[in-house]
Amino acid sequence: MSYNTTELMACVASRVLENGKSIFVGTGLPIIATMLAQRLHAPDLLVVFEAGGIGPKLPTIPISVGDSRTFHKAVMAASMDYTMGMAQAGLVDYGFLGAAQIDKYGNLNTTVIGDHESPKVRLPGSGGANDLGSLCHQTITLMRQDKRRFMEKLDYLTTPGYLTGPGARAAAGLPTETGPYRVITQLGVMGFDEETKEMMLIQVHPGVTVDDVIENTGFELLLGDVRETDAPTDEELKLLREEIDPSGIVIGK
Amino acid sequence: MKVLAEGEGERLAWMHPDEARRWMKENKKRGLIDRRMSIGEAVKRFTRDGDYFAMGGFGHIRLSMNGIYEMIRQKRRNLIMAGKTSVHDVDILIGGGVVDRIDCAYAHGHELRGLSPCGRRATESGSVKIVGELSNAAFQWRFRAAALGLPWYPARIMMGTDTFRYSSAKIVEDPFTGSPITLLPACYPDFAFIHVHRCDRYGNCQIDGTTMEDVELARAAKRLIITTEKIVDDDVITSEPGRTVIPHFIVDAVVESPNGSHPGNMPGLYYSDEGHMAEWLSLSRSDEGVKEYMSRYVYGVEDFEEYLGLIGGDSRMEYLAKLERLEVSLDAPWSRRGK
Repeated sequence: MSYNTTELMACVASRVLENGKSIFVGTGLPIIATMLAQRLHAPDLLVVFEAGGIGPKLPTIPISVGDSRTFHKAVMAASMDYTMGMAQAGLVDYGFLGAAQIDKYGNLNTTVIGDHESPKVRLPGSGGANDLGSLCHQTITLMRQDKRRFMEKLDYLTTPGYLTGPGARAAAGLPTETGPYRVITQLGVMGFDEETKEMMLIQVHPGVTVDDVIENTGFELLLGDVRETDAPTDEELKLLREEIDPSGIVIGK
Repeated sequence: MKVLAEGEGERLAWMHPDEARRWMKENKKRGLIDRRMSIGEAVKRFTRDGDYFAMGGFGHIRLSMNGIYEMIRQKRRNLIMAGKTSVHDVDILIGGGVVDRIDCAYAHGHELRGLSPCGRRATESGSVKIVGELSNAAFQWRFRAAALGLPWYPARIMMGTDTFRYSSAKIVEDPFTGSPITLLPACYPDFAFIHVHRCDRYGNCQIDGTTMEDVELARAAKRLIITTEKIVDDDVITSEPGRTVIPHFIVDAVVESPNGSHPGNMPGLYYSDEGHMAEWLSLSRSDEGVKEYMSRYVYGVEDFEEYLGLIGGDSRMEYLAKLERLEVSLDAPWSRRGK
C-alpha cells in the first residue's frame, strides 16, 4: 500500500514505544502513534494526558488533551497537579513533543519565530512541553525536517533538550538520567550520541538518502550506524485509516 | 537560600501570604448563604477593568462561555489573562476587546484545530502584550502555592530555558540537595470563572471527570464566580460529600448556565461544536469577521439563552450530546482546510 509522510511518521513513532511503559501524549500525531502502538505491540502502554486523563480506552482522536475522550473508560480522571506530579516523581517514561525549531542538542522552540518582543510568528508557547522535556525519563520529538527548523541557534529555547551538552541538564538542576531520546521526521530518525549528546542520524526512511537528511539539517549531524526504515505495513496502515483516524483529521485523506 | 537566577517577567497576581490571609479573613463568607445571581450581576460585582484573571476548565473544555460573553457585553477592558492552556476563551476575549495582556503558558493556539488567527494577529501586531512566559505545570503549582497560603512552590521545571528567563520565577540552591531548583511565585488571580456540572445554591460544586487546575485555582482566586449546568438540592451535595471539589466558602457567586460551555466540550453532557468553532476560526481571520461574530453572537443577543437559540437550540445541543456519547461521528469542518 502507498502511504503519506504523516502515516509513515505515525508508524515509525509507534514502533519506538515499548510495552509496559507510560507516556505523556499531545493531540495529533503523538496520539495516533500511541493508539497504533497499543493496538499492535504495546497493549499495556499507559497513556497520560496532562489535564488529568490516565489510562483511557481512546475511542477516537481527542481534539484537546483535556477533552472527554482523554478519560473515556479511563482508570482515573485526575488533575494537572496529579499528572505533572507523576512526571516529576519519575512515573512517566516517555513524553511526546513537537516543535517549530530544534537544535543539535534537541532543545525545542514552540514559543516565537523572530524576536520575543516583536515576533514574526507567535506560537502557543510552552504549554506542558517544558514540563515534559524537564521531567519525563525520555522525550520523543515529532516534527518536519528542513534547514529552517533544524538550526544551529534557536530563536527561543522553550523546552530543554540536552541544553549546552554533556552534564548541562544536571548542572541546571533538571532530574538526572532524562533527556531527548528520538527525533522523528519525514526523512528519518535521529538519536543522540551518548558522549557528546549531539544529534545523530540512525535511520533514513524508504527512498531517502543520508545526503537528503544532511541537506535538510542546519547543523552538523552526526552519522550513526544508519539503517533504512521498514515501510509501513498493510496492517499498520489499515489500523490507522479504518480504526484510528477514519475521517482523516490527522493523517489526511 | 542562595538565589542563582531570576526571571525577567513581571511578578503578577502575587501577594505576601499574610496579606492573602487577611483577604480570606475579610472577604470569604463562611456561612451557607444563597449565592445565586444573574451573570450580569456577577460580572458587575466581581470583575474590574485591569484585573488579572483565570478561566477554569481547559481552554475549550468546561468553559464559562456565559461569563466570557457577558464580560464582552459589559465592555470589560485591559484584563490580564492567566494563559493556562487558553484556547477558545482567550481568543474570543481578545476579539471582544477584553484582554490586552497574557501571562502565557499556552495561548494563540486551538490544539488540533491549528493556530488562532485572532490571538496571533493581536500579539504579532503588538495590541496584545505577553507579560510573562511559563509552563502549564508552573501555572498549576503557582495556584497550588496560593491555595496553600505559601509565597512560592518548588519544582524541577523551566531550568536552563528561555521559558524561565521570561517568567517571574527564581532559581535557588536547594538547601537539602544542593542542586538548583525553581521557585514559582504564588498566583492569586483577582477573579476566576469556573464552570461545573452541578452545585447547590451555596456554591458547593461537583465536577464530572478531570478537574484540570480547578481545585487549586478555586482556592487561589480572590473572587470566584461559579457557572453551573444545574443547581441541585442541598442533599445532592451532602449525601456524597466526597464528591465536592469546590466548597461554598470560597465561592462568591453562583450562576445557573445550562449548556454554558458551548461551543466548548462539557464532559459527559455534550461535545464541542466543531461547526461553530470552524465558523469562528474562519471569521476571525479578519478584524471585520471578528466584528461580525461579535455583533451576531454577543451584542446581537440579550443573554446566553438567546445565543443558544441562535446556534441551533435544543436540536443542536441534542446532536452534541449524541456526539459526546459517541453515537454519531465527528464532523470537523476545519480539518478540511488546506489538506
